[in-house]
Amino acid sequence: MPDLGRYATEVLSAYAVTFLLVAVLIGASVWKARKVLRQLREAENRRGSST
Amino acid sequence: MSIWEYANPRKFMATSGALLPWVSALAAILVVGGLVWGFFFTPDDFRMGSSVKVIYIHVPTAIMGSSAWFMMLVTSLIWLIRRHHVSALAAKAAAPVGMVFTLIGLITGAIWGQPMWGTWWEWDPRLTAFLVLFLFYLGYMALWEAIENPDAAADLTSVLCLVGTVFAVISRYALVFWNQGLHQGASLSLDPEQNVADVFAYPLWTCIIGFLFLFLALVLYRTRTEIRARRLRALIQRERMA
Amino acid sequence: MKGLLLRDLRLAIRAGGGFGLGLAFFLIVTVLMPFGIGPETGIITAVAPGILWVGALLACLLSLDRIFALDWEDGSLELLATSPLPLEALAGVKALAHWLTTGLPLVAAAPVLAVLLNLPVPGFGWLIASLAVGTPALSAIGTFGAALTVGVKRGGLLLSLLVLPLYVPTLLFGAEVARRGAQGLDALTPLALLAGISLLALAAMPFAAAAALRVNLR
Repeated sequence: MPDLGRYATEVLSAYAVTFLLVAVLIGASVWKARKVLRQLREAENRRGSST
Repeated sequence: MSIWEYANPRKFMATSGALLPWVSALAAILVVGGLVWGFFFTPDDFRMGSSVKVIYIHVPTAIMGSSAWFMMLVTSLIWLIRRHHVSALAAKAAAPVGMVFTLIGLITGAIWGQPMWGTWWEWDPRLTAFLVLFLFYLGYMALWEAIENPDAAADLTSVLCLVGTVFAVISRYALVFWNQGLHQGASLSLDPEQNVADVFAYPLWTCIIGFLFLFLALVLYRTRTEIRARRLRALIQRERMA
Repeated sequence: MKGLLLRDLRLAIRAGGGFGLGLAFFLIVTVLMPFGIGPETGIITAVAPGILWVGALLACLLSLDRIFALDWEDGSLELLATSPLPLEALAGVKALAHWLTTGLPLVAAAPVLAVLLNLPVPGFGWLIASLAVGTPALSAIGTFGAALTVGVKRGGLLLSLLVLPLYVPTLLFGAEVARRGAQGLDALTPLALLAGISLLALAAMPFAAAAALRVNLR
């Protein structure tokens, strides 16, 4: 851990905010992708079984 | 072989599926590598002290925040002119990513501005223009959400993107007229005189390219989701009709 | 075209058309501002141009969703679209009608409210000039926003979210003209730039609005 001197709070909070926001973005993307994929599978299965 | 082949959703899905792991891995390596390099292995600036380390986040995200809008402009134009659905969906997929990057640029800028300029926020042209860009992202995404018919939504958001671009550019220059700023000029110009020193520039470039790949990976991933969502919608509609 | 304009004006003036509402809103906002800022005359004078411009802008915004919504609901918008009049002209006339019923009264009322806010006398002419030049742009851009959201139910909030960022350059230059005028500085440069933006908006927005209407009527 490098010595951040008197700006430690600023630098660390900037990195923390960034990681948090990027994590939220990736999380939301993955969550939506999974949901859509699952629903699509279900819809295709329904279609496959009915015909 | 032309780029328009990727307008076919099937072709796009196949290629993007093959590409996505590589792009994601590259993004992860470059972002993590660049940030670690910048955070642990660069000296403090003689004037700004350790706060200079914010640059490795602030500059790449700000660049990608504005570039994302430009990408949306291009894909919106392609949709309006050639009516390729993948293009419209890519614009839709890019908007939240661009918005988050813009927000990160704004927040890290505020955090950095506090010790450097003695203020969190200053009504400086660059800062304010980014705030306006953030508002444009909000409006664009809200319009996508509000309209039911996907084709109409794609058309209307594309028109909004075109008009918004014109007004965003005008705002940028109007703001320069309005207030002289605190923000420095370009940090990475071709003019070596005003460039940041090499020790900072190499990890910074790594981060910029890393965030570019992060953006690409997220947009590819989200576009795939949007294409699937569209197919799902079509299937459900067909079920209802049957 | 003239008939359409007259019809819109008549509808707006008739009871329930919302004519005068924007004006009353402008009055209330301007009166409320000093309550929020405090009674010091010096501060109020300093911020008066900004208050008047933001007030005018919000008053304009208030009546935007009526531009197309009523015609959309009763189906007359589709009739108008099938008439020989091009949609671009329709959008232009709608913007003009909106300006005549909202923008013009605001321009006329601004000096009265400026007295309340102790705006210095030399600034009056510049204030009126800036509003007269700037409000047509607000109406034209607003017509585009209204055309985008015409198909959305309860689109009023969405409309503000879309239109307000587009208003940034107009507001910047308009308030700049009024502020410089009040301080006795040369305000001609921002006025010319404001006029440029208004002309751009007037020239381009009817086409964008017509494109959006076409999508919504499809």
